[in-house]
Amino acid sequence: MPPPLQAHRLFISHRRLPTPARRRFTAVSSVQSAPATTSAPGPATSSILSIRESLLSGERTAADITSEYLSRLRRTEPSLRSFIHVADAAAEREAEELDRRIASGEKDAVGPLAGVLVGVKDNLCTANMPSTGGSRILDGYRPAYDATAVRRLREAGAIVVGKTNLDEFGMGSTTEGSAFQVTTNPWDDSRVPGGSSGGSASAVSARQCVVSLGSDTGGSVRQPASFCGVVGLKPTYGRVSRFGLMAYASSLDVVGCFGSSVFDTATILSVVAGHDKMDSTSSLQDVPDYASELVSLDLLESKPLNGLRIGIIQETLGEGVDTGVISSIKDAASHLERLGSVVEEVSLPSFSLGLPAYYILASSEASSNLSRYDGIRYGRQVSADDLNEIYGESRANGLGHEVKMRILMGTYALSSGYYDAYYKRAQQVRTLVKESFKGALERYDILISPAASSAAYKIGEKINDPLAMYSGDIMTVNVNLAGLPALVVPCGFVEGGAAGLPVGLQMIGSPFSEGNLLRVGHIFEQTLQNFSFVPPLLAER
Amino acid sequence: MALTLLRGMRTPISFRSSTGLFFTVLRPRLARFTTRVESAQATEAKAAAKSIQLVTKEAAEQKTQGFEAIIGIETHVQLSTVTKAFCSCPYNYGSQPNTTICPTCMGHPGTLPVLNEKVVECAVKLGLALNCEISMTSKFDRKQYFYPDLPKGYQISQFDIPIAKKGYVDLDLPVEFGGGHRKFGITRVHMEEDAGKLLHSESGSYSQVDLNRAGVPLLEIVSEPDMRTGIEAAEYGAELQRIVRYLGVSNGNMQEGSLRCDVNVSVRPVGQSEFGTKVEIKNMNSFSEINRAIDYEISRQILLHKEGQADQIVQETRLWDESSQKTFTMRKKEGLADYRYFPEPDLPEVVLSTDYIDEISKSLPELPEAKRRRYENMGLSMQDVLFLANDDNVAHFFDSTLEHGADAKLACNWIMGDIAAYLKNEKLSIDETKLTPLELSELIASIKNGTISGKIGKEILVELISKGGTVKGVIEEKDLVQIADPAAIEAMVDKVIADNPKQLEQYRAGKTKLQGFFAGQVMKASKGKANPVLLNKILGEKLNAN
Repeated sequence: MPPPLQAHRLFISHRRLPTPARRRFTAVSSVQSAPATTSAPGPATSSILSIRESLLSGERTAADITSEYLSRLRRTEPSLRSFIHVADAAAEREAEELDRRIASGEKDAVGPLAGVLVGVKDNLCTANMPSTGGSRILDGYRPAYDATAVRRLREAGAIVVGKTNLDEFGMGSTTEGSAFQVTTNPWDDSRVPGGSSGGSASAVSARQCVVSLGSDTGGSVRQPASFCGVVGLKPTYGRVSRFGLMAYASSLDVVGCFGSSVFDTATILSVVAGHDKMDSTSSLQDVPDYASELVSLDLLESKPLNGLRIGIIQETLGEGVDTGVISSIKDAASHLERLGSVVEEVSLPSFSLGLPAYYILASSEASSNLSRYDGIRYGRQVSADDLNEIYGESRANGLGHEVKMRILMGTYALSSGYYDAYYKRAQQVRTLVKESFKGALERYDILISPAASSAAYKIGEKINDPLAMYSGDIMTVNVNLAGLPALVVPCGFVEGGAAGLPVGLQMIGSPFSEGNLLRVGHIFEQTLQNFSFVPPLLAER
Repeated sequence: MALTLLRGMRTPISFRSSTGLFFTVLRPRLARFTTRVESAQATEAKAAAKSIQLVTKEAAEQKTQGFEAIIGIETHVQLSTVTKAFCSCPYNYGSQPNTTICPTCMGHPGTLPVLNEKVVECAVKLGLALNCEISMTSKFDRKQYFYPDLPKGYQISQFDIPIAKKGYVDLDLPVEFGGGHRKFGITRVHMEEDAGKLLHSESGSYSQVDLNRAGVPLLEIVSEPDMRTGIEAAEYGAELQRIVRYLGVSNGNMQEGSLRCDVNVSVRPVGQSEFGTKVEIKNMNSFSEINRAIDYEISRQILLHKEGQADQIVQETRLWDESSQKTFTMRKKEGLADYRYFPEPDLPEVVLSTDYIDEISKSLPELPEAKRRRYENMGLSMQDVLFLANDDNVAHFFDSTLEHGADAKLACNWIMGDIAAYLKNEKLSIDETKLTPLELSELIASIKNGTISGKIGKEILVELISKGGTVKGVIEEKDLVQIADPAAIEAMVDKVIADNPKQLEQYRAGKTKLQGFFAGQVMKASKGKANPVLLNKILGEKLNAN
């Protein structure tokens, strides 16, 4: 275990006020005003809450807060490259507008996310802002509309600060698959941030924005959250509308959220979740106020997890998993036990089947979903003499290597004569996986596992070994096949980089049990001693 | 009559030799309506036509001797829902290109389909009307291919579980084609979306895409290969058109492409159980064209068989060319196209309840087949029955005329005669005129009870149909009440006889035909209002009295 980190809390530096909201959430005992002083490692704090309190009290303006984040963004971005597009001018304008409304005493000026800077993965459509999906074929494309998740954030007062980098159309686990740039890990700039939502994870980790949206088809929120030491939530399939999310694999895709604390993640989820008439696969289930259900540290009993049954998935702690990761997860399990829960090993025999099934299903759906990128109506068109050449050249030039490979795999799997052997069989495996999770979740409230089999690896390390990269998704893909919610919370470190590399604990629950996952994740986060997940990058000044 | 007659000709030889004639006289088959009007008016010509028809039919049978054709039809019906199948764009035929589109029907990134529930309702209606089994659970699938008019690169359709299957349709062939009842099987009915349109530049150097039609809901109806002749296939199409119009799910307009038939034709020696190689024919814009295209294709294939060149019949798509009255190869099929169907993950399954189906079932109108049987039971001729049931507006008008007490045969005669002629001249449908069923029944009653003569009745009809009003009103306004007072008629008769001594002399010398002349003079004097029976009786008495 690496030595405890020196946490530098640059990102929240103002006095907290004893408002009712604060009373509900008093997890952070003493974050005093700037300049950021070295403080002992302590539980993560809610940035959203601090921003809200300082705006309401008039202590700080939205412009101040925005400028603080933007200056940090400008300082760190040259090495991180988290953003494909930064809307700094627009963000400043929106912040000033918010300040004007607050000053003029407008009711409702301070929405639940007023002044909160969010990063949005670039496969989510944003009106009047480039949305490329990380693909050359959509270079210069500006959607006519906001994705529902983005619209809801904006309606709650959030400010979209920019579009974050990703593996092209979400296909990859390192963010190296972006057509535009490689994002680095804030903990070690020679390492990948994970993927495909690497930009969103990296941006929150480096506090370039407060929270961010990602998407998770096979682990694309959870694995980068683990690599970058932030909280990442993959909601239940259907919990958040997919409208405006560029489809990769429609039956697996979900919009997820990143935050530097469980509280922030919960706050974002409450805003973006809920039925959307534009997405027939979005659920009609009511959306609770997830954040308000979180119990603050000072109100916690000594054994707050009494009665909670936790299953630790055997198959995720075996061969091929980094020993440092295994010991971090086991320590996390012990910590959960100390909090009162019962932790037992549970076996999911179908676990290893998930990976190949996932790659067949995801590629099959991708081969269909990406047909629309044909250069005819929008995006890059290579002009040619005949129709097939327009299609061929536009797609050959516009789409990257990994995307083409998955389109080919998917086209093959759906071809007549192969459908039964691949697609249909993979669907049968999917049913098995679903059932095996269902059975385990009848016995346990929560299942835990690592979020990734290792910590962040070096840039370029797996770029020429797709199978090694695919196998890295073993921890996460089953959850997508089963459509379950899963929360990743940083739980420890392994050696690497200047200050160690973070490891994330994955907690998996029954459909629509996000509230419970967030509750447990929050207690875990608030009671975890001696760790601080603020990357050393931020201590440089 | 030329139309009916030529439609009856189906030998390939006369077909080819009379191409020019065809070209000049054939009209689109909307015309079913007008054809019947013509035939009703020209009874004599019809009798002659029938005999010619029999001859040509026999000739046709001789040509097909030893072979039989197998015909199956795929029909696409565009639904007249307010919005498209999966987004809220409206669709209006003939709108400026790309004016009724949105990110969803343009296939923009991130957009998702949301099913218009009206589409399901229309599908269930049509499924029930076609006597199908309705699938309580069905799903959508993606049919994948690249074409610029297909924005997403796939069409949302239904593959292995259509919403309705295993039905049938009953119909009666037109009398002039020998008549007869037919029952044709329906394999399936499924929901899908239409594609856009390509507009090719005249130079051929570029094409433009119009996506107005992209995403418009369609029902595809696949028939069993139960048809054997062009007229059977054409009548199958016409019956589907009637049904969708009766149900109000589509305007069924072939010219606008709201109803499109793709026909599969194969030929085999009689007695052979396996099918011959089937050829698909597209591009027929009327039922008459379907009839002729199929008959042409059948004779083309039979000819190849007879010449020992059956191997030249290959699986292909042929286009009907109306100007040359022939089919031409559009594309040869290289193996089976692989559409890589798989379940549409963006749409949940369509799950229906029995209550839902029952409710729709209860709301169905009386369908053409039931109407025809009902009219037949009234004692109307098949010619009348087919005419009345052909258009639900006409049928509805007829039914409400009867509800007001009119006699069925008389009402039918008025509708098929003077009213149909007027509608044809003015290019109107019956519900677009000012005539109401109540007034037609009044008119019929006024003639029956002797208030007016049949001749005056025709005049009144023209008034009613063009200007509206009531029978009573027109009679009063124009003072058209029949003169049935014997004394008044006698006075007029006396005056006419006194005014025409020369004709009276001739009459009494034996030229009795002159009674018509006297009657005409009296009628003229009465301004057509004299009761003709009474007039003739009194006139006869007076002329023959010495």
